[in-house]
Amino acid sequence: MSGNANGYKWIGTRTIRPDGVDKVTGRAAFGADFALPGMLVGKILRSPHAHARILSIDSSKAEALPGVKAIVTSADFPEIPPSEAIKGSSPPNYRHLSQNLMAREKVLYDGHAVAAVAATSAAVASEALSLISVEYEVLPHVTDVLEAMKPDAPVLHDDLFTGGVEPKPDKPSNVAKRVEFAIGDIDAGFADADVVVERDYSTEGIHQGYIETHAVVANMGEDGQATIWCSSQGHFMVRQYTAGLLNMNIGDIKVTPAEIGGGFGGKTTVYLEPVALLLSRKSGHAIKMVMTRDEVFRATGPTSGSAMTIKIGAKKDGKITAAEADLKFFAGAFPGAPVHLGCMCGFTPYDIENVKAVGFDVVTNRPKAISYRAPGAPIAAFAIESAIDELAGKLNIEPLALREMNAAREGTRTAYGPTLGVVGFEETLEAAKTHPHFSEPLGPDQGRGIASGYWFNVGGESSASVSVNEDGSVTVTSGAPDIGGSRASLCIMAAEVFGIDIGEVRAVIGDTNATAFNRHTGGSRVTFALGMVVVNAAEDCIVQLRTAAAKIWDIDVEAVVWEEGEARPAGDNAGKFEPLSLGDLAAKTPMTGGPISSEKSSNVQGPGPAFGTHICDVEVDRETGHVKILRYTAIQDAGRAIHPGYVEGQMQGGVAQGIGWALNEEYIYGDDGRLQNPGFLDYRIPVASDLPMIDTVIVEVPNPTHPYGVRGVGEIPIIPPMAAVANAIEDAVGMRLTDLPMSPPKVLEALENGG
Amino acid sequence: MAKNHVTTTINGEPVEFLCETQQTLLDVLRDELQLTGSKEGCASGDCGACSVMVDDRLVCSCLVMGVEAEGSSIETIEGMADGENLHPLQQKFLENAALQCGICTPGFLIAAKSLLEKNPDPTETEVRYWLAGNLCRCTGYDKIIRSVLEVAAEAKGA
Ligand code: FES
Ligand code: FES
Repeated sequence: MSGNANGYKWIGTRTIRPDGVDKVTGRAAFGADFALPGMLVGKILRSPHAHARILSIDSSKAEALPGVKAIVTSADFPEIPPSEAIKGSSPPNYRHLSQNLMAREKVLYDGHAVAAVAATSAAVASEALSLISVEYEVLPHVTDVLEAMKPDAPVLHDDLFTGGVEPKPDKPSNVAKRVEFAIGDIDAGFADADVVVERDYSTEGIHQGYIETHAVVANMGEDGQATIWCSSQGHFMVRQYTAGLLNMNIGDIKVTPAEIGGGFGGKTTVYLEPVALLLSRKSGHAIKMVMTRDEVFRATGPTSGSAMTIKIGAKKDGKITAAEADLKFFAGAFPGAPVHLGCMCGFTPYDIENVKAVGFDVVTNRPKAISYRAPGAPIAAFAIESAIDELAGKLNIEPLALREMNAAREGTRTAYGPTLGVVGFEETLEAAKTHPHFSEPLGPDQGRGIASGYWFNVGGESSASVSVNEDGSVTVTSGAPDIGGSRASLCIMAAEVFGIDIGEVRAVIGDTNATAFNRHTGGSRVTFALGMVVVNAAEDCIVQLRTAAAKIWDIDVEAVVWEEGEARPAGDNAGKFEPLSLGDLAAKTPMTGGPISSEKSSNVQGPGPAFGTHICDVEVDRETGHVKILRYTAIQDAGRAIHPGYVEGQMQGGVAQGIGWALNEEYIYGDDGRLQNPGFLDYRIPVASDLPMIDTVIVEVPNPTHPYGVRGVGEIPIIPPMAAVANAIEDAVGMRLTDLPMSPPKVLEALENGG
Repeated sequence: MAKNHVTTTINGEPVEFLCETQQTLLDVLRDELQLTGSKEGCASGDCGACSVMVDDRLVCSCLVMGVEAEGSSIETIEGMADGENLHPLQQKFLENAALQCGICTPGFLIAAKSLLEKNPDPTETEVRYWLAGNLCRCTGYDKIIRSVLEVAAEAKGA
């Protein structure tokens, strides 16, 4: 399995992941698989109302139930004043986080936590919840983003004043923030255009849909030292947020990561951990909490829905002269919609002189939105890539050709500031054009759509250690959870640096005491950023190994080279010595200066931005409105694919999620503000029979800042699909659908209104 | 409430357990017998993460009560490998990167094995429909379907 065309021994090979066997035999321990003797079961009481004032909570009957050991409400959590909402320089807003964890004066959405109990069994805990009586004064609610922006809308927070506008408003509203990114002169750009398209689009709130629900075991020791076992996208994040919410010292909490059963951005915050810890402190027992699927839908995730207007103008020859976006995203009950990211990413695939993107972050009576793969970018791309397609139609230019004419490349200035370095967008377009899929003939009611997407990718704080064990095997310890095979890619990179067999390298995820701080796994950062730290640490080990060999041979360290997993004299002048392998040197460390290891921490910069281009074929059933995906090809610049199997997997998984977003998935609220589809039966994610094989093409335009050229790969694939599907439907039946999801009733209605 | 005494065979071994009447087979496997390879993704029969075989029938163990298992023979993911030797489906999933997070994997493996026992030479469509009761949010199913088809093809060739 070693040796390949790119000149590397391991980079780019399909090795078997180190954690694989445990995962196919059922032995891997995920969040809910951990248990401690004597632990209690914790459960949460949730609001049935979308918006209500809590008048009183009476838990006396529940407390009297045999087997109930502790009950907590918001009164048990420290109240975080506005002045302490932001600790340090960056989010989260701890005041909002605390209010989301356990409602204070008001409940703000159906599913908002109100109280929690710990009991000796799940049955007792459930019964106790039913014995807690909460008196509510129901308030008017709002779940729609445009409704929430109206002057007479019910206001969720009376201390929320729109940021980013001058003068500062004197009345609170649901608009948390306005952002704007602009370059050039937008009016002049449109004046210059021969053709202009302008249209409104909307998307619904959707959930990340990870199959593993949130789960935790927490134990508060007598000495105030806490231990938490849970699955998350960042155990350092869990530690930091839990400490911040409970006013504890970070050093008093240890978090051990479980295997994580999917996150996609949805596990980058805490819902259960501080609650479980408080129940543990109150009851004196370890607490286990596992969310039901209903709770996951009602109280975690989702990503924003939106209302958008896109306007693009171009010359007759296809040169785009101006592009304008107005994006309104709802954030759920607390501010934080990723609308600025939508504004940043949406037009970046194109080199446009005059751009203006304005975004609004709007609160509504829905669960607090959290990241979902490339947060914000897919929403904006649905609208913008649909508009590009429409523009191509009006100009009578083939849509891929229009993208080529305007494609961003090295030196293109983005609307949000940076100028692009080496990027591979044109290469993805070229690969699309030459792919057999692009020219395959289509049948009646079938259509083909193209769409592209951009994500800047993320680096960030990363720590890892590499140690050479006594037998010459190598252990890589990192502190970022592995959600999709990152242990495999870290092993590959370490094996490449050392020049040893992949079987000699183990990658483990350490707990919060095992490594220094790591930012959570997200934004497609781990293979890039952790990879860089691991490569640095491994290179440092090699310097130590060369030094050890130099000592043994009694020559200068400069006269020792490291090649193919062994120390060799650097040419004849250095002297004649038998090479020393990693195993030889590891066995001699007591004589050569001690163990060989290196720990590195760094705030990694220079993640390579990346682009993808997708081709989608659909068939529209004119009788039912059902849209069938016939064929799908995803093309993406990965910089360098460390493990192509997992890169393809990221692409295929992102596409499947995007197809669900395009065709099926949506949060459905009743007039009463209650979520009507909090289960997998009614919130239908794509199943195997909904999809074809998903073809992938990995384009490699190496990222110059990474030793192997890695760019993040996890975010891009969910950005183009919604527009690719919409553009394909337009091609099939001549109708442009502008509201997601494009479910059968909507397609049918559009067909009836003149397809 | 008195617990129920249930006698079963699990992965070929006789197993007795006590369970409460409202406990599902999945609860029993995970919480009483520490067989946590079967996962709970929904508890409503919609995700297939809890798939097991009961008397050679593929079922969602979250929809079977613990007491219903009396006298039956149950196969779970923990019994799929033959000692150190992985089942060909397990091996193929590893080689093809057919798992990312891996939470759905036990359910898919159990369901795929039951398919190949009934239909050793399925078409892609048959595999897709048989596995339509198993949700995977990570892979887009492509590598899972290919793995099942490859194992079937290799068994035919052997
Ligand atoms: S847990 Fe049984 S089908 Fe989902
Ligand atoms: S691999 Fe994560 S749900 Fe299937």
